[in-house]
Amino acid sequence: MIMNKSLIIPLLCFFLLIVLLWRSFSLEDPHFLPSQLIDKPFPKFNLEDLHSTSRMRHVDDLVGAVSLVNVWATWCANCLIEHPVLEEISQNGITIIGINYNDNLLKARAWLDRYGDPYAFHVQDKEGTLAIDLGVYGAPETFIIDASGTIRYRHVGVVTERVWSQKLSPIINLLDGGS
Amino acid sequence: MVRFYSGSLLLFLMSVGGASIDAHHFPSQELQARHQAIIEELRCPQCLNTNLAGSDAMIARDLRREVHRLLLEGESDEEILSFMYDRYGDFVLYTPRIHSGTIFLWFGPLFFLILAIAIFISIVKSSTGANVEEVDREELAAILNPNAKELD
Repeated sequence: MIMNKSLIIPLLCFFLLIVLLWRSFSLEDPHFLPSQLIDKPFPKFNLEDLHSTSRMRHVDDLVGAVSLVNVWATWCANCLIEHPVLEEISQNGITIIGINYNDNLLKARAWLDRYGDPYAFHVQDKEGTLAIDLGVYGAPETFIIDASGTIRYRHVGVVTERVWSQKLSPIINLLDGGS
Repeated sequence: MVRFYSGSLLLFLMSVGGASIDAHHFPSQELQARHQAIIEELRCPQCLNTNLAGSDAMIARDLRREVHRLLLEGESDEEILSFMYDRYGDFVLYTPRIHSGTIFLWFGPLFFLILAIAIFISIVKSSTGANVEEVDREELAAILNPNAKELD
């Protein structure tokens, strides 16, 4: 009887180990970092507008409606892939605000002229300081901001049709319905 | 000989210093040393296992600049690590903070060590106990009376 009891402990340890290893080896994307900023207010900023550089943009410009904040750059190849999807989203009446991340102003303007500009406005984050405040570590990244200016969701990587219909759109509907 | 040693020391220092080549200016050596210590302690969020000091990624360059800026503003090392933690979470610190999500990481090995010692002790105890009893009754009887079986 004593023998049986002590044999169960290593067996339990073994199963615990299996569960832990199973979890850690089946991580979808080891690059994925959980966001620290969910349900926190959007960080304050004071940055130039991309189209009219004399105009300063602030966090107040984001408050008022549920919106998407998209971090993009001309050096980011994946941003071009998600661009048509963003175009479609904006046609559905969703406000998209651009953060032009570590980019060149003229290149960014040329990029928007060439591929279209579905954004309500862009801020120029030349030094990447706003991106750091958002915990961004690459582009593209997309945040959902509610009407009070609180960050409610973060998507790292390309916004595909599938990401939009299965993740972002339901959250936006929920936020719109709740407010 | 001295020249050889100082030469190899110089080579060694060059290879260490070559990792990050930002042109940051520091008012004092002490501040520069603190900068180096902090960027070695922070993991680059873009790379899977490289610290800020050793990464060429854009985000690593930006974060090194941020550490430099915060140091010049007079922030303490702890405040700078908190700044990074608030934005990038546990991933960014090579020495993660103790909370419910990391408690197993910190105390798991200690727990298993204590468990292993406890199991070891209980096995040793129970097996020696059993041996003593068996020797007492069966073997001892056999030794004392080698002809017992034949007599039966």
